[in-house]
Amino acid sequence: MNLTLKIWRQKNASDKGKMVDYKVTDISPDMSFLEMLDVLNEQLINNDEEPVAFDHDCREGICGMCSLYINGEAHGPDRGVTTCQLHMRMFKDGDTITIEPFRATAFPVVKDLVVDRGAFDRIQHAGGFISVNTSGNTIDANAIPVNKHDADDAFSAATCIGCGACVASCKNSSAMLFVGAKVSQFALLPQGKIEATDRVLNMVKQMDEEGFGNCTNTGACEVECPKGISLENIARMNREYLSASLKG
Amino acid sequence: MSLDSKVPQGPIKDKWTDYKNHIDLVNPANKRNIDVIVVGTGLAGGSAAATLAELGYNVKAFCFQDSPRRAHSIAAQGGINAAKNYQGDGDSTYRLFYDTVKGGDYRSREANVYRLAEVSANIIDQCVAQGVPFAREYGGLLDNRSFGGVLVSRTFYAAGQTGQQLLLGAYSAMNRQIGRGKIKMYNRHEMLDVVKVDGKARGIITRNLITGEIERHSAHAVVLGTGGYGNVFFLSTNAMGSNVTAAWKAHKRGAYFANPCYTQIHPTCIPVSGDHQSKLTLMSESLRNDGRIWVPKHMKDVEAIKSGTLKPRELAEEDRDYYLERRYPAFGNLVPRDVASRAAKERCDAGFGVNSTGEAVFLDFASAIQRYGKETAHVKGLDENDAVLVKKLGQEVIKNKYGNLFQMYEKIVDQDPYNTPMMIYPAVHYTMGGVWVDYNLMTTVPGLYCIGEANFSDHGANRLGASALMQGLADGYFVLPYTIGDYLSNDIRTGAISTDTKEFEAAEKEVREKLEFFVTNKGSHSVDYFHKKLGKIMWNKVGMSRNVKGLTEAIAEIKALRDQFWKEVKVPGTNEEFNEELAKAGRVADFLELGELFAKDALNREESCGGHFREDSVELDGEQKGEALRNDKDFAYVSAWEYKGEPSDAVLHKEELEFKDIELKQRSYK
Repeated sequence: MNLTLKIWRQKNASDKGKMVDYKVTDISPDMSFLEMLDVLNEQLINNDEEPVAFDHDCREGICGMCSLYINGEAHGPDRGVTTCQLHMRMFKDGDTITIEPFRATAFPVVKDLVVDRGAFDRIQHAGGFISVNTSGNTIDANAIPVNKHDADDAFSAATCIGCGACVASCKNSSAMLFVGAKVSQFALLPQGKIEATDRVLNMVKQMDEEGFGNCTNTGACEVECPKGISLENIARMNREYLSASLKG
Repeated sequence: MSLDSKVPQGPIKDKWTDYKNHIDLVNPANKRNIDVIVVGTGLAGGSAAATLAELGYNVKAFCFQDSPRRAHSIAAQGGINAAKNYQGDGDSTYRLFYDTVKGGDYRSREANVYRLAEVSANIIDQCVAQGVPFAREYGGLLDNRSFGGVLVSRTFYAAGQTGQQLLLGAYSAMNRQIGRGKIKMYNRHEMLDVVKVDGKARGIITRNLITGEIERHSAHAVVLGTGGYGNVFFLSTNAMGSNVTAAWKAHKRGAYFANPCYTQIHPTCIPVSGDHQSKLTLMSESLRNDGRIWVPKHMKDVEAIKSGTLKPRELAEEDRDYYLERRYPAFGNLVPRDVASRAAKERCDAGFGVNSTGEAVFLDFASAIQRYGKETAHVKGLDENDAVLVKKLGQEVIKNKYGNLFQMYEKIVDQDPYNTPMMIYPAVHYTMGGVWVDYNLMTTVPGLYCIGEANFSDHGANRLGASALMQGLADGYFVLPYTIGDYLSNDIRTGAISTDTKEFEAAEKEVREKLEFFVTNKGSHSVDYFHKKLGKIMWNKVGMSRNVKGLTEAIAEIKALRDQFWKEVKVPGTNEEFNEELAKAGRVADFLELGELFAKDALNREESCGGHFREDSVELDGEQKGEALRNDKDFAYVSAWEYKGEPSDAVLHKEELEFKDIELKQRSYK
């Protein structure tokens, strides 16, 4: 396949940035999208140009490092995948593909297609944990049985990889799906209940401080989430938040 | 310097308890005056950082990713072992210990492995308390499954994402400490050297990957939890950023590097599809619980399948060769990884590979779908003879167990594994070699510790499934926090360590000069060009099957490639910015040295052992004919290499392995 790529180039956080066109040839449909970018970068280096910076690491859809806004969609046109799992067979010979960084005030651009998602970490510092000592002197794991459905739901919420596609897809750049997933995971498990009130209040407060917008139930986040995190988690967070606010 | 493993005296079951009872402790008020650096935030580094901070030390943690949550432990799929015996199927600390030592082909250190088995049950309790959502049965209790190389169900799991859930557990424990100000987290920082003062590790030099700033960080002790070096093969299941740099810099500063040639080749990965490929994807070993592995019996069927005239499903049962079940009736498809990998290679080398490159075997779920479907139909009182219904019900069960893995496969290969068997082939996965450590997890540099995959101690020549997660967390949560205290108890009066000394200055200067070289060298080839060449040499000559001629050639070829790299490498951009090519250049420079030592170690080890098949060391007769032949008389040792400049000058030290509680014998899975 031969393709035209329109890529956002931005030297650093303070640079203005612009779209630049590139051509790549001989792209195999079996390549992943990132492997296609590897081909472009090899070409740029050989031509003494600077390669395009983009985030990636595990390349098997689990680390959450890769991002990219491809043809107006977070992680591109395929569903239920991260960019590293997106394959070129989703495109046609001669296509023009637009590639931009995830855009959100809370995700400043580092360089080209790389953004800083540190805001997610800071939300977790505010309460994304259960306050148990790491001493190993805890009770036996089977001492508190957990209903299988609750455990499965907690697991589904916990599968969030923190990639930020939910924020990038949202017209308000809301982080509610991300935060809702973590709040839900712990709210569904007996181990997390004790400090549930503080957790949800602190995490939501930090989320607002980071500059994420509000949720207006559009649902774009759920559609673009590579892990299929459900909107139910936002509902559960709202419920937790409401009850915490009443208590608090 | 002679190697002292510092394994405590006494019966194996009491060693760890006695040791803990007698080590020196640091008073909580003094811990506040002690700094510890932890490099790497995966299962080992993350759990260590959280626990050390909780104990009261000031922790500085470093990772090259944008967040600790992205460490490659996150990609581990299948599960974590623990001797809980919840299933009542005969498991015990001793049996986990035994399986691990045997599975590792008797090349691990007994005392360390016993300790690992001993603390394993605690890990599960800890993680559940942290909110890790392990799989549960309908009664609300934890579910278990079985893994290769064992005959009990001791593996705890969270679908095919166990590594992710455990890592998020460690990450959340870190977050709690970061929130409290006890851990200072440095994301997107790469460690580029260890600084020694008066012979002790007292700090590190890092590069801020966003700004390029070179920084000095001091501490009373340094802990490396930096993972494995499988990317020396270029293609592996490791994340793209996984590298050997921290371990290699430690090696250059005096830490011995042990068993570098021990690499696990994982049997169930998605096969290589072409030259463009940047990495390989693992399919969890847990699939072998339900998947049967086969190739056609007859060459004509191989050709027909390759050309597409015959669908794998259409091949009659009697024309299939379920070679693992045939060769190893006791363990069948659940033989350990090294055995399964070698057997797949043997069939493909004989011409029975089923994909276009001839390097793939089938992993087939048809009979499991059938079995589960019938069972479900029976339970629900439906018609067990309705083939369509049975298939549908069976597929649902398989989807519940392995859904995410099947989806991953389908996205990459573009085939539906519910309806056609998966194609798999062995790929480089986990490195059992690493920095040499004693029982305290301390390297040969005082004050420098190494934990998790980055060290060498627990897995021997082959790692059993679901034991990497166990070791990472055991080291980080439960072992290092004790052993490091014993060392730090001598540092309560030391006070803060200054970074304004000649040692820090010299280390920083060296780091700067190397970076400067890369960005000013007017070369003609990219970093990847060299990395790919190195990978090809490693896979072809230092991979699953080795001989003296190939290894000798590899050593010369890697040396020549390294010379060429330093003349011709081309790195665009500058040091004072986000520059991934520059970061890669440093990592590949280290791989080019490690690769040679790796081949040298493989040449030295004149025995087949674990996944490392020496063509001149094979059983010639008897029941084990054709199987790998270990040589305990001459090679029951850990090879620990001392740095002396060029890899060819490295000096071999041997830690003789003593097996007092387990008898050394030929492994049999027949």
